[in-house]
Amino acid sequence: MNRLSWFNAVSLTLGFAFLYIPMIILIIFSFNESKLVTVWAGFSTKWYGELAQNEAFLDAAWVTIRVAVFSSTLATVLGTAAAYVLVRGGRFFGRTLFSGMIYAPLVMPEVITGLSLLLLFIGIGLDRGILTIVLAHTTFSMCFVSVVVSSRLVTFDQSLEEAALDLGCSPAQAFRLVTLPIIAPAVISGWLLAFTLSLDDLVIASFTSGPSATTLPIKIFSAVRLGVSPEINALSTLMIAVVTVGVITASLVTKRAMMRQKQDEMAAARTE
Amino acid sequence: MSALPFLPDCRTGAIVNSEVFAPWEDPQAKPLIQFQNVTKRFGDFTAIDNLSLDIFEKEFFALLGPSGCGKTTMMRMLAGFETPTEGHIMLGGQDIDPIPPNKRAVNMMFQSYALFPHLSIWENIAFGLRRDNMPKHDLEDRVEEMLRLTRLTQFARRKPHQISGGQRQRVALARSLAKAPKLLLLDEPLGALDKKLRQDTQFELMDIQEKTGTTFVIVTHDQEEAMTVASRVAVMDQGKLMQVATPDRIYENPNSVYVADFIGDVNIIEGRASANGENTYQIDWAEGQAPLTATSANGFAQGQACHLAIRPEKVTISADRPADAINAVQGKVHDIAYLGNLSTYYVELPNGTIIKAQTANTRRISRRSFTWEDPVWLSWTATAAVLLVD
Repeated sequence: MNRLSWFNAVSLTLGFAFLYIPMIILIIFSFNESKLVTVWAGFSTKWYGELAQNEAFLDAAWVTIRVAVFSSTLATVLGTAAAYVLVRGGRFFGRTLFSGMIYAPLVMPEVITGLSLLLLFIGIGLDRGILTIVLAHTTFSMCFVSVVVSSRLVTFDQSLEEAALDLGCSPAQAFRLVTLPIIAPAVISGWLLAFTLSLDDLVIASFTSGPSATTLPIKIFSAVRLGVSPEINALSTLMIAVVTVGVITASLVTKRAMMRQKQDEMAAARTE
Repeated sequence: MSALPFLPDCRTGAIVNSEVFAPWEDPQAKPLIQFQNVTKRFGDFTAIDNLSLDIFEKEFFALLGPSGCGKTTMMRMLAGFETPTEGHIMLGGQDIDPIPPNKRAVNMMFQSYALFPHLSIWENIAFGLRRDNMPKHDLEDRVEEMLRLTRLTQFARRKPHQISGGQRQRVALARSLAKAPKLLLLDEPLGALDKKLRQDTQFELMDIQEKTGTTFVIVTHDQEEAMTVASRVAVMDQGKLMQVATPDRIYENPNSVYVADFIGDVNIIEGRASANGENTYQIDWAEGQAPLTATSANGFAQGQACHLAIRPEKVTISADRPADAINAVQGKVHDIAYLGNLSTYYVELPNGTIIKAQTANTRRISRRSFTWEDPVWLSWTATAAVLLVD
């Protein structure tokens, strides 16, 4: 192991401090005994207990999770289909335009997306609630799925699909039995991306939610306007924990799969 | 049907006609595949140019040519991944143009092998059979049979990335043969293997082709491979067939300078032909040199431009002029390529032409008779060379 030079050590410390100090402070104060957010009065987990009693937060959390599951699933189906057609559809009329257009929502200001969806839902007389949030989240997250899946499809050996056709598959069977299992990791990571995007979206959800359904970010945001409570800190700490566990698990799984593949290939080379 | 088609018929004692497998010479034989004036264009580019070709059952047919000559397009049309722009392709007398690839009794072995990485070797081979809803018991028997045929039984449970390149090649072959297709297409099947393994696998392929009686069409750019495995070879260039014949005819009787040059090594001497007796011509090829003599069944007009093609191994090299040689030219050794089994002498003639002469090194530790700058004589017989127009 090399020792870092003095300059590099300082740069690294500053960078990480910048990234993580706010979160660390939030986590520390979630265990604060005092009701005052900025005054430390000893260690306690009582705010976690209070959180479990708070019906409004629990309702919002449940809405958020349902919205995230439905919208990311829908976005994955639509985004995968779009990516498949754009990468594999050959050269059809307007393909360049479509592939540009599918990425446009990535850079579109969320306020505009939210506003246009609000106008649409009012225009067609759709009552705002869980359904409208799901539709809105699907709209903006499917392009992320499509980006992830199409980057996998570009490197996918097309002769695999041809081999499936050659062996008697209909095009639909070839997709289900060969293409989908092989691109599954990309589809899953697209789903996870859409899920997290939906989980932490505030802007679009606040345009498209109604009195019947509030998501957790909206709840937190409106609660904070009345003053930061340690309960919010506790809730945020839980969300950080969930995300951290998810990310670490995903990277461990990928790393192990890669290492196993590498070992297998080395073993194969030895038996050559 | 006889399992041993090359044996004489024991009951009659007569040598039956099937002793030599040559259905292309039998006007009664029905071809399995017919290309009828097939043209394939991609935009402005003509990949296949008004091509007609018959391929017969049980043939091992090689499509040979440089990259971009259209050989892969022909194979993809047979598999159903491309359709002809004009003309028709018949398989067993039926026009297959409207039939999609998954409904054709044709299977293909892909250049990249295209093994399904998420399935085991066993499941890869069973994949096509499952699509036909073959009963479980028959399916298992068939897969085991294919594993035995390709000597893969012990690897059945492994995934494709857990076996070596040569084994993957055999899995690809087993998978494409499992459905017992009428026609098997092989796209550069040995391209990814090293030379030694490729040679072994060539014989294995021939053996399997004979055992299964399947018609094989192989695409390759490797002329040695085509010559080794094929019953007939089609040499292609720019979407056209240059010559279709057995390997020995392609080699000894090329019909054009292109084919002569593409297959093996050849010396080409340009000159003008003039008749000198029946089927014999004199070729004036250089100022101040005696004319060369060659026989040809093709007629040449007086003074017609021609090319004389001579294989290096048919040119004899000697220190003195052989007394009875019909064709003899003098030059000096310009370069020597020692290949172990053979030596090739590059002899420069007075007019600058380089002629290659090849000798077999039949004796060990013999002194080389000629060295650089030695004056030598090259000679060949009247029938050694082929006289070509272009």
